[in-house]
Amino acid sequence: MENHSESHIVPYKTYLYILAALIALTVISVAASNIEFGGFTVFVALLLASIKSSLVLIYFMHLKFDNKILQILVPLIFLLVGLVLFITFLDYNFR
Amino acid sequence: MSQQEKTSSHVSFRDYKGKYKGLLAWILSTDHKRVGMLYLYSIITFFITGVCLGIAMKLELIAPGKTVMDPATYNAIFTLHGVIMIFLVVVPGLPAVFGNFMLPIMIGAKDVAFPKLNLLSWWVYIFGAIIALSSLFMAGGPPDTGWTFYAPYSFKTNTNMLPAVLGAFILGFSSILTGINFIVTIHRLRAPGMTWFKMPLFPWTLYGTSWIQILATPIVGITLLMIVGERLLNIGFFDPALGGDPILYQHLFWIYSHPAVYIMILPAMGAISEIIPTFANKSIFGYKAIVISTLAIAFVGYFVWGHHMFTSGMSGTALYTFSFLTFLVAIPSAIKVFNWVSTLHKASIQLETPFFWAASFLFVFMIGGLSGLALGALSVNVHLHDTAFVVAHFHFIVFGGVGFAFMGAIHYWFPKIWGRMYNARLATTGWIMFFIGFNTLYLPMFFLGISGMPRRYYDYVERFHGPNIVSTIGSWVLFIGLFVIIFNLIRSAKKGPIAPKNPWGGKTLEWTVDSPPTLENFEEIPVVEKGPYDYS
Repeated sequence: MENHSESHIVPYKTYLYILAALIALTVISVAASNIEFGGFTVFVALLLASIKSSLVLIYFMHLKFDNKILQILVPLIFLLVGLVLFITFLDYNFR
Repeated sequence: MSQQEKTSSHVSFRDYKGKYKGLLAWILSTDHKRVGMLYLYSIITFFITGVCLGIAMKLELIAPGKTVMDPATYNAIFTLHGVIMIFLVVVPGLPAVFGNFMLPIMIGAKDVAFPKLNLLSWWVYIFGAIIALSSLFMAGGPPDTGWTFYAPYSFKTNTNMLPAVLGAFILGFSSILTGINFIVTIHRLRAPGMTWFKMPLFPWTLYGTSWIQILATPIVGITLLMIVGERLLNIGFFDPALGGDPILYQHLFWIYSHPAVYIMILPAMGAISEIIPTFANKSIFGYKAIVISTLAIAFVGYFVWGHHMFTSGMSGTALYTFSFLTFLVAIPSAIKVFNWVSTLHKASIQLETPFFWAASFLFVFMIGGLSGLALGALSVNVHLHDTAFVVAHFHFIVFGGVGFAFMGAIHYWFPKIWGRMYNARLATTGWIMFFIGFNTLYLPMFFLGISGMPRRYYDYVERFHGPNIVSTIGSWVLFIGLFVIIFNLIRSAKKGPIAPKNPWGGKTLEWTVDSPPTLENFEEIPVVEKGPYDYS
């Protein structure tokens, strides 16, 4: 039904940029853990982790070049998980 | 070999001679139909076990005080009843049996995308079932926590809780494997010409269900592992004595277990969506609306778990949000019901047994759904929470909804699966008794709940006696009806008259193949040009 995705050759330079971004985000994650964000601590940690996993998905796992339907489904799943966490924290942050 | 098979060169999947013989030819077969049958026989066995436990509970409740068992046994029995019925019967239920058997045929494929993974899912299911039920044979006995394993009691009980929890964890893998298989099968193996909106509604509901299986099941898996970590390593996740939060357990448990209700009910709705147009001899009303409502239920169903926890001590903000979302999820369910009823409008209806099950599904599902709205209202929930009303509500949904749809599906697809017709008069008699028994069993529990009778109590005050007697008698009538149904189906599978390819006049692809189907279903993969319910 859906077309098979074509193989794409990504330049090494792009991978290196992504690697640098991932390392930088890891440093920011560690630094952020020392800052008091109150009720937003988990939000900040998950936001940084989500950005990192998105980069891995888009570039390393080639989602950027994959079928349109997968490009829609994956963010939808992220949205779903995000909403589940958001609703859970409607309890914890307002209890 | 049947007459039909003798007159053609087609060998049914049941008679096909493969690498193995006898029992091995079944338990090592990767044919989707045989895997479906393996699930069917396993699930029916567990279902009958669960029914017997339920009958024992109702027998205990026929009179106040101790009747046939002590309180500890009663606690163990209602826990086992819940664990068996939820994790071993209704969660795999329709997807594992009819999904496995019918999905590839209905979309014009020879098998599922990963046949070996499919067989593995059944083996994992059996392994999980053995682990879950092993507590029965251990010193200390089966768990007494209820199937929800709520903290902090589940960490303090001396009964064998861990085997049940680990069993449920393993069963989750089986569910995930089936989900992955179905999603890939639907994406990749639809027949040429079968666009998404030419796909029948049962596969659509399996698609929605599969996403829930993949995305929600890991959450309960992790939660159950956290229980193991807390019990064995004293890590404080949920137990307040260790610095944990018991409400966190309830959140995590219900984040899976509420969507699990939709794992159960969506394929049931799919089966009803197949039965109704066939017996109405009419295209289904609002096909796209049903598809969209299926996906909407699968999506919104993720966000309503908190309605199980209205009295647990959540924040007011969470309470209002969950109550609002609970009412929201009723909309797509209602859309489906209106579409089914509209399909029947001015239809030329064939009054056959599968149709009776579908029509009675509408009746009990409406009662279950509307009583769910009563429970979704915050103020009413405070009064009804943990009463017999809740038990009645979810039995109307899970047993009424899923059970009636399962019965409808087995009577609908029976000629296709076994290649024989059943005795319609006996089947209808069984349905009548089941229907009467079901309502006599559960309707009094609404009344008992409103009057204040708590759930999971083995004793009660005298004023609850009358409705409890009626309810127990209902369980006997239901059991006799069930016996008639199963007796008829087993007898007909062996001795019933040979079924034609399409005894009901169905329009979906499974009615174009042999009854029973051959090993690879189709001689040639069909090209689909029309919608699935084209009665023009």
